[in-house]
This record gives sequence, C-alpha cells and structure tokens, in this order.
Amino acid sequence: MTPVFFVLVSAGVVLSFIRIIAGPTSSDRVAALDTMNVMLTGLIVVLAYSFDRGIYLDIALVYALLSFLETIIVSRYLEGRK
Amino acid sequence: MNGIIGEILILIGAFFYFLGGLGVFRMPDVYNRLQAGTKATTLGTFSTVLGVGIAKPEFLLKAVVIVTFIALTNPVGSSVLARASHLSGVKPCDCTVVDEYRGGDGE
Repeated sequence: MTPVFFVLVSAGVVLSFIRIIAGPTSSDRVAALDTMNVMLTGLIVVLAYSFDRGIYLDIALVYALLSFLETIIVSRYLEGRK
Repeated sequence: MNGIIGEILILIGAFFYFLGGLGVFRMPDVYNRLQAGTKATTLGTFSTVLGVGIAKPEFLLKAVVIVTFIALTNPVGSSVLARASHLSGVKPCDCTVVDEYRGGDGE
C-alpha cells in the first residue's frame, strides 16, 4: 500500500512547490514551504517504515525541529520589515 | 493485523497530505492557504506517523515523540506567520468579510 502513499504525497509536494514558485508575496512562499516541510517529515517516517531502518525517525525529528525554527525566524524577519 | 490497520492509517494520512497540497495550491490568499495547509497536514501527520508506529511496534515511542512535537509546533508556526504577514501589510482577498485582527467588527 505504501506506493499509493508515495504517489499522493509526491502530488501534494509538487502542488506546494508550484505555489512556492508562483506565490505573489513572500508570505505565500513561506506558508507553502511550511506545508511542504511537514509533508516531507511524514515522507521520511514512511521511508523508515518501508526500508525498516529505525534511525531515520531521528532524521525526521531533527528535520521537523529545523523546519519549525526556519518558519519562526523567517516570520520574525517579515514582521520587522515595514 | 497490526500491519493492515497501520497501512490503512498511512493511506488516510496520504489522502490528507494531498488535500493540504491542493489547498495550498488552490486557495485565494495567504490566510486561507495557511489554514488549509496547516490543518490538513497536522491531521495527516497524526494519521501517518501513528500508523507507522502501529504497524511496527518498535517504532512506536519515537513516533509518539514526533507526533507530539508536530502537534505543539505546527499551530505556533502557522499563527506566527499569519501575524507576521498581517503586520507586514499583506491584504486579504476581496471575498473576505470579517477582519478581526484589525479590531473592527466587520462593518
């Protein structure tokens, strides 16, 4: 069943990436990047299940932490720019 | 049996991930995009990661840690980004009726 997962998540990531390229403002791009980061976290977890490697879950956790920090820092930058 | 339940949960999560990407692509302005993307992907992460934890019980502890982390940080990031884009002057679309953050009552 996991190939269906990979097809659906790839379609979602491609739609988000089109929004990153075409977004009218910087906020649209950051919102689409945030959505894409959460999708990729779930994708890494399913890769851990599919390859049967438990160490990939740590990579997913660190990726989630770094994507959260990236969203917060870019938002602070956008807020300060009047 | 555990494997079947886990894979069904993974498929439900994949469907919500796809809905999140479709919402980010189709919605008219940044606030609608944030709402569609964040809600759908939070539910998708819950379902997918818990499905992996149920299908392989040795992954369950780290899966619960990842789900807790996403549940705590995803709404925070969304609200911070919405506040930042409102303060930096991004206008809502023309179909927006009420803008509570501006302090008015929508009149």
